[in-house]
Amino acid sequence: MRHTISLTVANEYGMLARVAGLFSARGYQIDSLCVAPLLNDELSRMTITTHGNDQIIEQIIKQLEKLVKVYEVHDLTKDAHVERQMVLLTVNAAMGEQRQEVLSLVEIFRAKVVDVSTDAFIIEMTGSAEKVEALIDLLKPIGIRDLVRTGTVAMTRVAAIKARQAKYDEEETFSELTLNEKV
Amino acid sequence: MKYRGARIFLEALRCEGIDAVFGYPGGAVLHIYDEIGKCGTELGIKHYLVRHEQAALFAAAGYAQATGKTGVALVTSGPGGTNAVTGITNAFMDSLPIVVFTGQVPTHLIGMDAFQEADLTGMTRSCTKHNYLVKKVEDLAPIVKEAFYVANSGRPGPVLVDLPKDVTAAVTDFNYPEIVDVPSYKPQVYGDPKQIRRAVAAMMKAKRPVLYIGGGAITAGANEEVRLLAEKLNLPTTCTLMGLGGFPASHPLSLGMLGMHGGYWTNMAVNNSDLLISIGARFDDRVTGKLDEFAKDAKIIHVDIDPSNIGKNVKTDIPIVGDARTVTKQLLTELANQLEAGETIADKSEWHQQIADWKEQHPFWFHQDGDIIKPQYVIKELHRLTDGKAVVSADVGQHQMWTAQLYGFDNPRNWLNSGGLGAMGYGFPAGMGAAVARPGETCVAVVGDGGFQMTLMELATIKQYNIPIKVLVINNGFLGMVRQWQEQFYAHNYSQSDIAVQPDFVKLAQAYGVPAFRAEKVSEVTSTLQEALNTPGPALIEMKVAREENVFPIVPAGAALKDMILQ
Repeated sequence: MRHTISLTVANEYGMLARVAGLFSARGYQIDSLCVAPLLNDELSRMTITTHGNDQIIEQIIKQLEKLVKVYEVHDLTKDAHVERQMVLLTVNAAMGEQRQEVLSLVEIFRAKVVDVSTDAFIIEMTGSAEKVEALIDLLKPIGIRDLVRTGTVAMTRVAAIKARQAKYDEEETFSELTLNEKV
Repeated sequence: MKYRGARIFLEALRCEGIDAVFGYPGGAVLHIYDEIGKCGTELGIKHYLVRHEQAALFAAAGYAQATGKTGVALVTSGPGGTNAVTGITNAFMDSLPIVVFTGQVPTHLIGMDAFQEADLTGMTRSCTKHNYLVKKVEDLAPIVKEAFYVANSGRPGPVLVDLPKDVTAAVTDFNYPEIVDVPSYKPQVYGDPKQIRRAVAAMMKAKRPVLYIGGGAITAGANEEVRLLAEKLNLPTTCTLMGLGGFPASHPLSLGMLGMHGGYWTNMAVNNSDLLISIGARFDDRVTGKLDEFAKDAKIIHVDIDPSNIGKNVKTDIPIVGDARTVTKQLLTELANQLEAGETIADKSEWHQQIADWKEQHPFWFHQDGDIIKPQYVIKELHRLTDGKAVVSADVGQHQMWTAQLYGFDNPRNWLNSGGLGAMGYGFPAGMGAAVARPGETCVAVVGDGGFQMTLMELATIKQYNIPIKVLVINNGFLGMVRQWQEQFYAHNYSQSDIAVQPDFVKLAQAYGVPAFRAEKVSEVTSTLQEALNTPGPALIEMKVAREENVFPIVPAGAALKDMILQ
């Protein structure tokens, strides 16, 4: 099954290599990856999409958590979340009927034309992976000259975060307990 | 106080309480060696010049394994670092706290394919717990502090600190941080009380339980608590290769070692148990054999400080993440509460009887007949003459398994070997590190003739510093374990495992100035061993043993524990 994993990591030298190296050393797959600094630029957020059975995903998360400079790991797949990808496409758009057809698709998909020339457009679109796939499929017959696509970025929905925090607080209370030295 | 980086490095080691550094100089670390020459003694740091960087890492590992303190190695850039990689990987696999300092070319040359440049942080990312490249001298002290903290907390492991030459030359104020805070790194110490309660309930109810102790119990210093737990619940207790000494071998509840070369009774007990309580072990493939057949009827309680070990190989019923000693204390407290509340512990007399029967049917065996020395006999004699109290390091191979089976370790940290990586060449330098760490104790490195030849240059080191390690070479002229597999699984095709062409080990040691002894007949074993053990300082003993002796039992790779070959 496909999983979207979100990591908060130290924004420092070699961090991407540590994470990517962990995946390759243990034979896990990275299907897509996005990295950028957070508001506090000492931290970065990585969003990784991967796949595997429950046991593999559990191992991936535990191994990522083990990295010394990884702050937090969340499998977003478990909770309600929003996922987006962005795609840039250079598409044939000859004067006349073809141009109209492309423009109507742009409108339907709420995409944007960001570059225009006599026989082609560059189209920008943001959406779920499925929506991006759908647009690509529809543009293929018209002629895609070039394509560049980001990995997935994703965020847990606000309500789901609150629920997660409540559960986390409940689980963590035991660490405050002092040991009864009855031994 | 303003110091240059090289001096700050040494001051930081002093602040960490480091008294021994195993290392080898080279261009990129010359500023540091300059300071070692000037003020090492004054700062209480003794440097041991090894004869190969791999041995520096193995010696630091032996030092760590024998004490629990952090071992320190110092090597130069490029080949110094690459030679250290096997030793770093060994420490990673066996969770040993080590900090490795490597030289690096000056920062302005990094990435220029400079002389003796290697991307050491890149190369060691997958075999260190963490690593650092120090880019400016102001970062040096805080990074060293953090490196020692990370190496010897949580699940310990090797940490590498790469030191560019210009950083060790640059000058700054020296302030060693008093505290270290790594917000992204918080190992969990306490076990979840809910799981503790479930675990104790299961342990009280179990009719056929086995307690299974790994190296993590030794790391955590949990041996007393583990013994109490076993005694209070009357639990048959087995140790992994790394866990030997975590529970006394001479204890009536001890089952000895399990796994590929474990006892018949031990493996049968594990495989027929209804509850397997693992403390600080990781269900390695050499322990479990074929996973589908492993302890099929058992509920599994798994205590481990590393959550990624839990559920990795076997399905766990009661996972407890935490420090082995703390969790075992929690288990004991909960047990006391349950007993106070009137709960009772299930009777296990039938189970103990069953295990005793298995042991009687197939104990460890070997036949010492005729004049030819059997290697097992040498180990038994070593045990007798050292009263089972020596610090024993082993290399990798048959002699390692015989020592694990027959020496009978009663105390933790007396048994050193390369368990996870299985790195030949480990035994001798590791024993050397242990002998440095524990002066006044008998330290013996049991090695094979194959592994010894991988690191024998350290004879010069033990001579130079008069390190009192006794090197016991079990010489059968074969890569014995390879030969055994070739005999059993490759139709006696002894391809490239016969190493009968070899130096005269006694003369070799003497050439290095190390006293040496040899036994070729059974009648000479005891006196030769005794004489060597009585020799002050280093010594080498060569035992010419039977060439084609096998380690039994053996579970063939990938087979189920119950399918072990007994003879």
